[in-house]
Amino acid sequence: MNTRLLPLAGFALVLALLGFGIWWSQYHDPREVPSPLIGKAAPAFSLPTLEDPERHVTNLDLAGEPYLLNVFASWCFACREEHAILMNEGKQLGIKLVGFNYKDAPADAKRWLAQFGNPYDLIIADLPGDVAIDFGVTGAPESFLVDAQGIVRYKYISPITPAVIAAQLLPRIAQMKKGSQ
Amino acid sequence: MIPELGQFALILALLLSVAQCVLPILGAQLCNRALIATARPAVAGQAVFVALAFGILTYAFVTQDFSVSYVAQNSNSLLPWYYRFTAVWGAHEGSMLLWVMVLNLWTVAVATFSRRLPDDFIARVLGVLGFVSVGFLLFMVLVSNPFLRELPMPGDGNDLNPVLQDPGMIVHPPMLYMGFVGFSVAFAFALAALLGGELDVRWVRWARPWTNVAWGFLTLGIALGSWWAYYELGWGGWWFWDPVENSSFMPWLVGTALIHSQAVTEKRGSFRAWTLLLAIFAFSLSLLGTFLVRSGVLTSVHSFASDPKRGLFILTFLAIVVGGSLLIYALRAPKVAGGEPFAAVSRETALLVNNLMFTVAAAMVLLGTLYPMIGDAFDLGRISVGPPYFGFMFVLLMVPVVLLIPFGPFLTWSRGDLKASAKRLAPALYPIPFALAAAYLLLPEGTSSGKAYAGVAASLWVGIGIALYALARWRNAARGRRYTPEMLGMICAHFGVAVFLAGVLIVEATSVEKDVRLAPTQSVAIGALSFRFDGVTQAQGPNFVAQQGTISVLKDNAVVATLNPQKRQYPRNQQIQTESAIDPGLFRDIYVALGEKVGDDGAWAVRVYVKPFVRWIWLGALFMMLGGFIAAFDRRFRAIAGIRDSGLEIRKSSDDRTTPALPNPESPIPTPGHPA
Repeated sequence: MNTRLLPLAGFALVLALLGFGIWWSQYHDPREVPSPLIGKAAPAFSLPTLEDPERHVTNLDLAGEPYLLNVFASWCFACREEHAILMNEGKQLGIKLVGFNYKDAPADAKRWLAQFGNPYDLIIADLPGDVAIDFGVTGAPESFLVDAQGIVRYKYISPITPAVIAAQLLPRIAQMKKGSQ
Repeated sequence: MIPELGQFALILALLLSVAQCVLPILGAQLCNRALIATARPAVAGQAVFVALAFGILTYAFVTQDFSVSYVAQNSNSLLPWYYRFTAVWGAHEGSMLLWVMVLNLWTVAVATFSRRLPDDFIARVLGVLGFVSVGFLLFMVLVSNPFLRELPMPGDGNDLNPVLQDPGMIVHPPMLYMGFVGFSVAFAFALAALLGGELDVRWVRWARPWTNVAWGFLTLGIALGSWWAYYELGWGGWWFWDPVENSSFMPWLVGTALIHSQAVTEKRGSFRAWTLLLAIFAFSLSLLGTFLVRSGVLTSVHSFASDPKRGLFILTFLAIVVGGSLLIYALRAPKVAGGEPFAAVSRETALLVNNLMFTVAAAMVLLGTLYPMIGDAFDLGRISVGPPYFGFMFVLLMVPVVLLIPFGPFLTWSRGDLKASAKRLAPALYPIPFALAAAYLLLPEGTSSGKAYAGVAASLWVGIGIALYALARWRNAARGRRYTPEMLGMICAHFGVAVFLAGVLIVEATSVEKDVRLAPTQSVAIGALSFRFDGVTQAQGPNFVAQQGTISVLKDNAVVATLNPQKRQYPRNQQIQTESAIDPGLFRDIYVALGEKVGDDGAWAVRVYVKPFVRWIWLGALFMMLGGFIAAFDRRFRAIAGIRDSGLEIRKSSDDRTTPALPNPESPIPTPGHPA
């Protein structure tokens, strides 16, 4: 063989890899960062609710049924985009939707919810952001799917879209429900 | 109406680029003078319309026309006027327009300064550059239109990414692109030589100044990017081995190999096929870098927008340009190794080692950058290899280069004398023990790592080695021909390597970084310096509000510096931006950044760094850049380009003609080697 063809052959390999990369990124989201929490118990916490700072909710209170923990904040622009989708399609999930208000002044959060609506069944507030560190929250919005046994099954960074609900969340929720029966 | 004119201008530029690509190459192949003569007018026409499109996009930013979708996404009514200009290249669509704009600048420069070259050769060069331009203009017209309207028009824009609202961003992208895109000229010269079958060494002599200037710009662009990351990202790091950085670093590595290999080919006729291949690789890696950054197949801390359609387009274009040029190379590259023979110990061999190391380093960076994709392909999980891999491999590959640099100029062409060269270089070793002892006394406590000492030793070895060469020329060469610009450039760039080595290794080994919680009036000490936190106040910027900390740096109870790091909040897109504060110095930087507010007593998490010699990293890069520019202005390149051929007759030169290099007008002196 002509050795002058070797660079071309090497380039063909790189090209095939890049083509694969494009194909792969169409079916996967590179933002879907695997969390070390997946498959493990959600960290223990005790946080006040947004409505009533005197009332504390712990991870044990939430156990027994699956829930989606959605990290949001009034200062987060992308959360507003996500909020509309949660308002429209949140009920469709068929599980408890827990809002995790992240480093937010309670008054701001309440005003924000009054303005855009409240899709959550329960809202816990983490003003210092300590519990968020235990969860490995990198920013808002982020969502954690936790099953009835309190095990984290899935994590998604950046705003939830209808496509994420249909392709990622609903199949996993269906599986969890099947498993628990 | 005006943005639509911008789009028309892009379409007209596209049509002209097609003409610039097809007609001159056809003319050169058919020996048709009329067709060859279309090259320069097509270049001028295309450049005018691209500049018009660029001007119109800038106008849309300056006048805040938020009906243009790209303007609305990357600007805001509160954006200060100077950032409205830089916002033009603040995101994807505008970056591509800047790319084409820079390509046109280079093309116009080639068309202007190459009047003495054979017409058919330059027609092919401009044709190849035209082809590259077709790809990028088509890309903009089809999938990446910067003039797309958004109706109804939004009331206000989304604001420019706060990370990019910084003076460093005004100059970094244009300089980087000048380098990136500049390699297209060396590429076009190589392809023109292959297409025309003129595989003697003349094309290399013509291409050398262009390659050196492009390399100089790329060096500057990368250094600016590193400096920007250092002060703007708030972590005090100067290089992250991030995919975006790697994609500019790979062309630089191959470009470095290329400028050395070109010197050998031009002077000795050796490495001909290799020089052709490196010219193709350097530009291919620039294109690949554009692909990696723009297609979104890799994610990065710099996270730009991504779109699979765009990725697919660039990939196809990459396949055509790189695949096509490698195919032409396979078919037409010289079959017989030409040039003067050389012994195992010679300057050629030293440069061969340089070439090998830099090419392997580029391959290593490429492998590491694509590794997450390889992980996906073989289902190993999306693994990224980070600084541990890159750092280790890169240092390993660069050790032989550093050891060899001072030998390069002392070894003669063809057959060098290792013993004599070593003897001449021995004085470079004498001061090293003293310097190490001095370093032991001077460097801050806790310098246990050998890195700093390695840095001092390597820097002195290279620096003094180069100085000895300069001295030998001064003594042995006749007045007036002691230093050619080419040689001065080499000395300057290699001296830059010495400065860079000292900076990198000392800063890596001796930086002190402390992440501490500080309440007002509390202090933290680093060495003899004490950092007192004087609390946080509110500050108002043109389009942000900031929490501004005040930190007084004291030495022996005297204030050395007062620093004001900020935590900025841009209300429009709610982004938070950490703005570090730096007290710069030639021998140490004091670097302070605000973290988060912790606790109710006004305490904050504060990052305080002391970074000795960090400036030397960029100072070294500036010397390297300067070296590239100085070398490019060697009279020799212009004098010999002046041989006016009647153009069409020279096509016939056969592939395997072993043309000896043209005699060097700077008459060689026996020792210590003639110009590098």
